[in-house]
Amino acid sequence: MDFGPFLLLALMEGLVTSAVLALTALGLALVFGVMRVVNVAHGEFFMLGAVAAWFVTTWIPGPPAAGFIAALVLCPLLVGAVAALADTLVLKRLGYDPDATIVATIGLLYVLQQAALSLYGPEARPVEAPFTLRVQLPWFGYSGYKLAVIAAAAVVLAGVWLLLARTRIGLVMRATQIDREMARAFGINVERVYAGVFALGAGLAAVAAVLIVPIQQAHYLMGQDPLLLSFMVVIVGGLGSLRGALVAALLIGLSDGVISVFFSPTLAKILATLFVALVLVFRPQGLMGRRAA
Amino acid sequence: MLDVSELHAGYGAVAVLRGLTLRAAAGEVLCVMGRNGAGKSTLMKAIMGLVPATGGTITLDGTRISGLPAHEVPRLGIGYVPQGRRLFGDLTVAENIEIGLMTRRRGPATREHVLTLFPRLRERLGQVSRTLSGGEQQMLAIARALCLEPKVLLLDEPTEGLQPSMIALIRETVLALKATGVATVLVEQRVDAVLSVADRVAFVEHGRVAELLPAAGMTHASPQFLKYVGI
Repeated sequence: MDFGPFLLLALMEGLVTSAVLALTALGLALVFGVMRVVNVAHGEFFMLGAVAAWFVTTWIPGPPAAGFIAALVLCPLLVGAVAALADTLVLKRLGYDPDATIVATIGLLYVLQQAALSLYGPEARPVEAPFTLRVQLPWFGYSGYKLAVIAAAAVVLAGVWLLLARTRIGLVMRATQIDREMARAFGINVERVYAGVFALGAGLAAVAAVLIVPIQQAHYLMGQDPLLLSFMVVIVGGLGSLRGALVAALLIGLSDGVISVFFSPTLAKILATLFVALVLVFRPQGLMGRRAA
Repeated sequence: MLDVSELHAGYGAVAVLRGLTLRAAAGEVLCVMGRNGAGKSTLMKAIMGLVPATGGTITLDGTRISGLPAHEVPRLGIGYVPQGRRLFGDLTVAENIEIGLMTRRRGPATREHVLTLFPRLRERLGQVSRTLSGGEQQMLAIARALCLEPKVLLLDEPTEGLQPSMIALIRETVLALKATGVATVLVEQRVDAVLSVADRVAFVEHGRVAELLPAAGMTHASPQFLKYVGI
């Protein structure tokens, strides 16, 4: 294959990574931005989404597409409910203290991981893609499903943006993010907002996981990579900045795709980590973050 | 209207209010004065439920509000203009007003009324509130609280750092609200501002009301200003 088509392939692979990463990282950025909680268990919500997708597609009879669509709707709701429960039972009781919540979410990480190991087992299981369409380009054929993943992620991201920018729910979330005490003084039930945001963040990770599981297989340890990459994205983008997270997800995802295809996935991770270190040294507030006053 | 009785409150082990009692009637402007640390702002926060009361009671029209979750207090009709304005800085003027309206589900009529009181805000609805001038920010902070159509308005040093024309506007606003029967609790450090609007003045010292006087007989030379405020 010539260099041009090869680069195109690499960029397309990178876009798939970016799309899934953007969803996952947006969830992490939302939770940190609004609640100031560093959610170490975020990757486990991703894993939970993938594992739940396997159960749902296995239980629901009929064509793969039916089970997959059911999973795409049910899994984020289920994972969101688990997250809201964790928020109410654990984080709320800690008063959302930044240090205590880190330790608590580390604990949550192990609880969810071991629960998945017990109930789902140590195997990696595939989920069938809802359709098998091969898009034939002049130089190579490409999975139509992967293109659909990119499109679906773009739709969900646009939906979240609309929710935040154009609805009352979004307004309440932004007001709570800016000043939670004043939000309370204007009748906003901050605890309910926090439970909702935590559920939304986890739900976004679950959507990403359902989308990726036909490509990657569901496994109880699969949450670690997305967690690490999401943290990188959130740091590079600027803590709490959603736009920054999107740009950073695109940057890291594309470079990961290109470097993985041309060299090796390990080198891609090494360079991404180096990039994060450089950002921390030269622009500690992140690409789009505002410097703390 | 608003009744604070034997209120104790503080931050952790630090007690700030130690048995503070005061009441504000409908259509009354009650000024609260005192030195830094006397407990004026803590009183405001305790009324809003933002600082938990450890003793005593706060009632609004006979309904007990101390002990309620903080977000339920404003819904009963208490508007709060905090010290330092505390706008939602990254939100636009229109969005700050929207938050105020949502508190008690008030609609376009209230919005119109508030924007008529502060026409300058109407010109800047799309502007990010952080970029407003100090005076405009204070207008917005008051407008946001008025969006509740409050029965009780808490104003914590609203004239701090403002130019005389703004201070006059705030005074007019307070007097107009008084005429509509709103009970206003005003924390204020400037004697001029107090004498021009207050019906009664409560001097706070060590977390208690040390003296409560009708404003009518008071002048700049009243000894209480020197004794309790140091001016």
